[in-house]
Amino acid sequence: MWEALSQKLYFHSIDALLAMDGHGTFVWSAYLITVVVVAAILIAPRRRQRRFLRRLAGEIKRARGDRANVREDI
Amino acid sequence: MTRPGALAFSARVLRRQLVLAVRRPVEIGNPLLFFAMVVALFPLGLGPAPAQLSLFAPGILWIIALLSNLLTSDAVFRGDFEDGALEQLLLAPQPLFLSVLAYICAHWLVTGLLLALVSPVFAVMLHMAPAGIAALVLSLLLGTAVLSLVGGIGAALTVGLRRGGMLISLLILPLYMPVLIFGSAAVQAALSGLAAGPYLAILGAMLCLGMALAPLAIAAALRISVDA
Amino acid sequence: MWSFFHKLGSPPWLYAISGSILRWLLPATLLALAVGLAWGLLFTGPEARQGNSYRIIYIHVPAAVVALAGYYVMAIAGAVNLIWKMKMADVAMKSAAPIGAALTFIALVTGAIWGKPTWGTWWVWDARITSMLILLFLYLGVLALYEAFDNKAAAGKACAVLSLVGMVNIPIIYKSVDWWYSLHQPASIKFIGQSTIDSSMLHPLLLMIAAFYALFTCCLLLNMRAELLQREARTNWVKKLAVAADSRG
Repeated sequence: MWEALSQKLYFHSIDALLAMDGHGTFVWSAYLITVVVVAAILIAPRRRQRRFLRRLAGEIKRARGDRANVREDI
Repeated sequence: MTRPGALAFSARVLRRQLVLAVRRPVEIGNPLLFFAMVVALFPLGLGPAPAQLSLFAPGILWIIALLSNLLTSDAVFRGDFEDGALEQLLLAPQPLFLSVLAYICAHWLVTGLLLALVSPVFAVMLHMAPAGIAALVLSLLLGTAVLSLVGGIGAALTVGLRRGGMLISLLILPLYMPVLIFGSAAVQAALSGLAAGPYLAILGAMLCLGMALAPLAIAAALRISVDA
Repeated sequence: MWSFFHKLGSPPWLYAISGSILRWLLPATLLALAVGLAWGLLFTGPEARQGNSYRIIYIHVPAAVVALAGYYVMAIAGAVNLIWKMKMADVAMKSAAPIGAALTFIALVTGAIWGKPTWGTWWVWDARITSMLILLFLYLGVLALYEAFDNKAAAGKACAVLSLVGMVNIPIIYKSVDWWYSLHQPASIKFIGQSTIDSSMLHPLLLMIAAFYALFTCCLLLNMRAELLQREARTNWVKKLAVAADSRG
């Protein structure tokens, strides 16, 4: 299967893939920016959720008077 | 006391808004003064060459009309919101759709209509050819009415916010763009000897759509703003 | 049917069901994105006129398509909130706005980067790019309006009205910008136009569009979960969740 796939590859070396006949800078920068933005919109809600849950857990512990175990590294 | 019917009620609202406006003539003059001042900025920025100014005149005049309409939209509901009259209006049994339309109509009469009527003066100052003047006035008459309707939506959404001034521009400028496109295109068509009629017809269609839908949005937005 | 709607109104149920959807949808999305990118970048030939720079199409077009669809998702969620007073719809609307803005931003930036080798300039006031720019303004307007309200319930409703107004306007804006561009089109700039796209390039593009729709759904669910927890902070199920998450470390 890998044989058949590699037959269909358009680029035959890493250099050719990076250069893309002179258009490499444009194509790769566009893809890089997209990957960064997509990663940001996937990670941001998870971070927000984790921080919120940690803060809430801290509040609950404080309310119980269990100060020793409150994590302040939010 | 008998209750006025829906139409009589909105006629009274219209009359009230106009009386309030006429009592403060300076505020009616402000958008016109703004128009004149921004017109004066363009020769200073672009250079006084008549050829260049006349080339850009349709776009310049339309953009300034749009901006002065935008700046006055913010105040459409603000005074009545602050003194509580707006709450009375929302509680009134008459349909809000028509009374809101009366507010917008009053706003258009004291800004859009006047801007359209004085625009030929500024067109001449910017060396626009006389062929485009009729199209300019007609397109402004129709177009500023659409702008007032759309601006009313922004005003209703931001009326309860203390820092609403800048926000309203961000909300409604994107919605102004189709009007700008067809308004300045009508003038440009007239200047290049083509018929301006089709563009005016499209502006008229936008006005019909706006009159049918915008009061619904304004009414909903006013209820939200007053509840908040 | 109605019991489904009642369940939809229940935050713990929605939190649980969205979690189990994400457990398979998120890996599937990432896989589809990876396959689509590899297919588009490695296994297709260059376009006849644009060479290899056309490969930006595999992110530009999906981002643009889903950004536009996202506005409709946002507006419809807003309408559901206004009409049936459904809190979940408000959560969905608020969650959709930043994702749509991010996708519009991707479409604009990749379009500008694509423009440089194709047209020789970073920015062209082309109909599609201009429409995307206006779409970005519409998204940012909704976000700005939401932030301006202190009362978040009112903010949700106001944004719902604004996004519905925007939804009515989008076809008008797109048509008028299209028409405006055809009027002013400079002779030196010719876009590839409606030239038929070769099927070897179309298939990875369709895969990427599907993957971006899935990506939008994933981000929407993730955002909604975070938002739900914050809104339900006073309830017992959220407190239990927080304690459980804390004991896990």
